[in-house]
Amino acid sequence: MTAIAPPVAAARPARARPDRRRQGWVRRAPLLPALVFTIIVTQLPFLLTLWYSLQSWSLVRPGSEHFVGFTNYVDVFRDSQFRTTALNTIIMTVGTVLIAMVIGVALALLLDRKFLGRGVVRTLLITPFLVMPVAGALLWKTTMLDPTFGIVNFLLRPFGIGHFNWVGSFALGSVMIEMIWQWTPFMMLLVLAGLQSQPKDILEAASTDGARPLQIFRELTLPHLRRYIELGIVLGAIYVVNEFDAVYMMTQGGPGISSANLPFYIYQRAFLGFQVGQAAAMGVVVVVATIIIATFALRLIFTSFSGTEQAA
Amino acid sequence: MMASADLSTAEAGIGSAAQRRVTPRKKRGNSIPLGIVGWIVGIVFFFPVLWMVLTSFKTESEAYTNTPHLFFSPTLSQYKAVFSSGIWPYVANSAFATIVSTILVLLLATPCAFALSLRPVRKTRDVLFFFISTKMLPVVAAIIPIYIAARDLHMLDNIFTLVILYTAMNLPIAVWMMRSFFLEVPGELLEAAEMDGAPLRRTVTEVILPVVAPGLAATALICCIFSWNEFFFAVNLTATQAATVPVFLVGFISSEGLYFAQLAAAATVATLPVILAGWVAQRQLVRGLSFGAIK
Repeated sequence: MTAIAPPVAAARPARARPDRRRQGWVRRAPLLPALVFTIIVTQLPFLLTLWYSLQSWSLVRPGSEHFVGFTNYVDVFRDSQFRTTALNTIIMTVGTVLIAMVIGVALALLLDRKFLGRGVVRTLLITPFLVMPVAGALLWKTTMLDPTFGIVNFLLRPFGIGHFNWVGSFALGSVMIEMIWQWTPFMMLLVLAGLQSQPKDILEAASTDGARPLQIFRELTLPHLRRYIELGIVLGAIYVVNEFDAVYMMTQGGPGISSANLPFYIYQRAFLGFQVGQAAAMGVVVVVATIIIATFALRLIFTSFSGTEQAA
Repeated sequence: MMASADLSTAEAGIGSAAQRRVTPRKKRGNSIPLGIVGWIVGIVFFFPVLWMVLTSFKTESEAYTNTPHLFFSPTLSQYKAVFSSGIWPYVANSAFATIVSTILVLLLATPCAFALSLRPVRKTRDVLFFFISTKMLPVVAAIIPIYIAARDLHMLDNIFTLVILYTAMNLPIAVWMMRSFFLEVPGELLEAAEMDGAPLRRTVTEVILPVVAPGLAATALICCIFSWNEFFFAVNLTATQAATVPVFLVGFISSEGLYFAQLAAAATVATLPVILAGWVAQRQLVRGLSFGAIK
């Protein structure tokens, strides 16, 4: 598939060898600025992180850095807080993405039907995704989940749970509620795009043949939606696993580290604990884990959506 | 605009079964209950935003009530307080970082996407792979060297540091998105231009650009949204000179204490530009978020 011969090149008469070589660079030239820029800004830091992770280095004591080999990595794997925050990250990511996806599918099915003011409802539903994450987290922490003045407790008062301290006693869950609120619209939009791309004639044929709606949904719609759902889960996970804003704004990882995820914990180590080497080693561990997961994720995106080529 | 776009696809889904049976029954039995459910769900999801806007027009004592007030006499005093608390430099920083990084992204991504679609280089697939993989690497693992590099280059608290990082952050999305738009340029148009012997530059400006112009706008909008909302780099790399609006929101709380109404006004000011932009560009939103995978 590397030899995609475009029609434009074929139309031109073949010229001499060195010329063709130059042609290759003419073709490549538009690509290079973006590529070089991205390599410098995104790859160089990772190489440096790798190097820092082998050092003992405190940010507040200049000149303190010295090579310590893999000591930082040993510390990372001995660090029970690292394990806790890693587990939190998994719970947060899996929980948020799956719950947002389930609600998203339901909302998409709803929006796929015709009703009065559907366009407006759709607009209302996507709004949470557009709210600045920092502002969204603040809103939930204060106006929604405040123990005394929050709306959620006001609504729960008739049921006798009117003064629950959400952010204090249910920290990880509160952060997840906010994130689910922000990410459900994203899932809904992807699934809705899937629903609307479904070939209508097949559905009509099925219903003419007397298939019941539930049957049509299970045997035609759901398989069709599968790749959209998968894509939503992969993309959602990419963003949610890196979530920092909601944790920072709502709980600061607390109480203790009960609601801290890895991005927040590494940030804490680097910028509040000033432990560059250890934070870098954690970063490397996270990157390696991400690469393993991303390899599968990337393949998935490519095989289902690249359009130009099929499975690798 | 959005409603009419939906109508064409409204026939899909399970509704067609009922519709075939009795048309009037569908109107009565299907539409209205669905509409009620739809509106309730929509309002529930929208409620925190609605409440933010309502609270921003209250006095603090009205905002702090055990029984939330839906009706009250609105006041602009919270907005006055927000605007007199020095939000403008932050807005200016956010606007600068957003606009300049978006322009840079488009300048870099458009030729790049061209070389990955209409005139594909060899190893196109590998390059695309590379771009998307940069989005998967956790930002937190890069922040330490970026911080140290910025410190050593005396670029901490410098708005251009954010411009560079936001450009890198949005470039992969823009490349993928622009590529998906380029692939929609009809082949006949290109061939016709080739036949006429038009030079590449003219083909690009007169044939390709008019077709992908809406895509260019959509890509720009997505980049603007992400840059405007970005917090992690901003909070770690800026202090007083280059801080952006999200950082302002944080500082607001620690300096002013927790005042719901004033906070709501600040959050409304910070959030509104993106909400409006997103409403306008709903369709492109899906495309951008899925890296151009979904049209």
